Amino acid sequence: MTTEPAKTHTEPVKDWATDYDIFDAGYVKDPFPTWDDLREKCPVARTERWGGSWMPTTYEDLRKIAAEIGIFSSRNPLVANVGEPTAVVEADLEEQFSVGAPPISSDPPIHTWSRALLLPKFSIKEVARYEDETRELCRSLIDGFVDKGRADAAADYAQQIPSRVIASMLGIPQERADEFTEWVRGFLEYGLTNVDIRSGSAMQILTFLFEQIQERKANPGDDLISYLLQAKADGAPDPIPEPHVLGTCFLLLVAGIDTTWSSIGSAMWHLAQNPDDCKRLIDEPELITSAVEELLRAYAPVTMAREVTRDAEYEGCPMKENDKILMNFPAANRDPEKFENPDEVILDRKVNPHIAFGVGIHRCAGSNLARMEMKVAIEEWLKRIPEFRLEDPEAVTWAGGQVRGPRKCAVVF
Amino acid sequence: MRIKVVTEKCEGHNRCFVVAAELFELDDSGYAHEVDDGKVPAGLEEKARLSVTNCPEQAITIDEDA
Repeated sequence: MTTEPAKTHTEPVKDWATDYDIFDAGYVKDPFPTWDDLREKCPVARTERWGGSWMPTTYEDLRKIAAEIGIFSSRNPLVANVGEPTAVVEADLEEQFSVGAPPISSDPPIHTWSRALLLPKFSIKEVARYEDETRELCRSLIDGFVDKGRADAAADYAQQIPSRVIASMLGIPQERADEFTEWVRGFLEYGLTNVDIRSGSAMQILTFLFEQIQERKANPGDDLISYLLQAKADGAPDPIPEPHVLGTCFLLLVAGIDTTWSSIGSAMWHLAQNPDDCKRLIDEPELITSAVEELLRAYAPVTMAREVTRDAEYEGCPMKENDKILMNFPAANRDPEKFENPDEVILDRKVNPHIAFGVGIHRCAGSNLARMEMKVAIEEWLKRIPEFRLEDPEAVTWAGGQVRGPRKCAVVF
Repeated sequence: MRIKVVTEKCEGHNRCFVVAAELFELDDSGYAHEVDDGKVPAGLEEKARLSVTNCPEQAITIDEDA
């Protein structure tokens, strides 16, 4: 199969229904009006930009497409098709690096067992084991800036948390957390529209994890890498092939960092502008559980892709084999057909079947971990900094595309 | 009132357990099933209804008259 060079188009979007650009700066900053418009006029939009894709925006369409795993494959969940990298992987590592990132990049039957391996390590109970150290981490981050009266809630706080928690789970050095973050940003953020940055970052992550796996084989510990090397599940090869372990560790590092960081960041951005919500969470701490779900709904960070496996018409759209579908879960969460007052953040919203973690067989395996980190991050912040506001709303910067969240979000208190 | 988790539809979002911990149990992988044959004790009817409306997979059925 030949891959045509991606059309990147830098000219502004005139018609979002037929020519959307998920990397448009205005859209990244405030995508909500566009989604409302599309839901009404053209609920499954189309673009030729970035390799071409379709984008559903209603809750029901997202649910239906996620359920049709035979037609809508997860074999390549990245949202932009920007061609093949120019660098070539060394032959002896090629096989090691060839598995992708199971189970997110897999369909059944591989998906079934590779997910079964992971789920027991991400249950509510298992994740709770990391709550104390997450709390300690948040406190020490706050110690670093609480006396200054100012902090970047995205860069100094949200960004620092998930990388260290997932490092702890994988048993990899937390001191290198900033490096992991840069690699993951290279893969999912800067690299999303530049295949050489993307593949270079992937190589750095894979090479690092490959070494960690070799080390764990010699000296197993109480960590996820050691667990995966000896894990068993129905239908899974025994032992799990090493390239598969590597692919899954790659997924855990990549998915564990950018996404949760974005969710925590968006929560902080919201709270900085809504002192009443801060006050409510302080006065009624038991609201934190539903508040986390509501913030996840309103500011869902993640858009994954599916690939069409054969020509098929969906809701009048002539989809072709290998077309991409951008799974706009964030837009589904703002669908007024499904949620009352969808653009209002209601901390005690009673009915909230949001799909921030996706829906169907690819429901985010780390959802309980993300929830725990959000809860702890918000609780610890409000204990020390109950009142705060954005230093300059216009100075907040956002990343978008695959994972949307604030990257600079200075607050004063 | 009786509730039931349709096992094939549950994807382990854990929303039912969080809104109505009295009515559901989770297995080691996070998949839910109803406790006590799904019989909803008096006073927990509202929680039972919320477990249904909060499930993103629409995996919980409810029989108001059972």
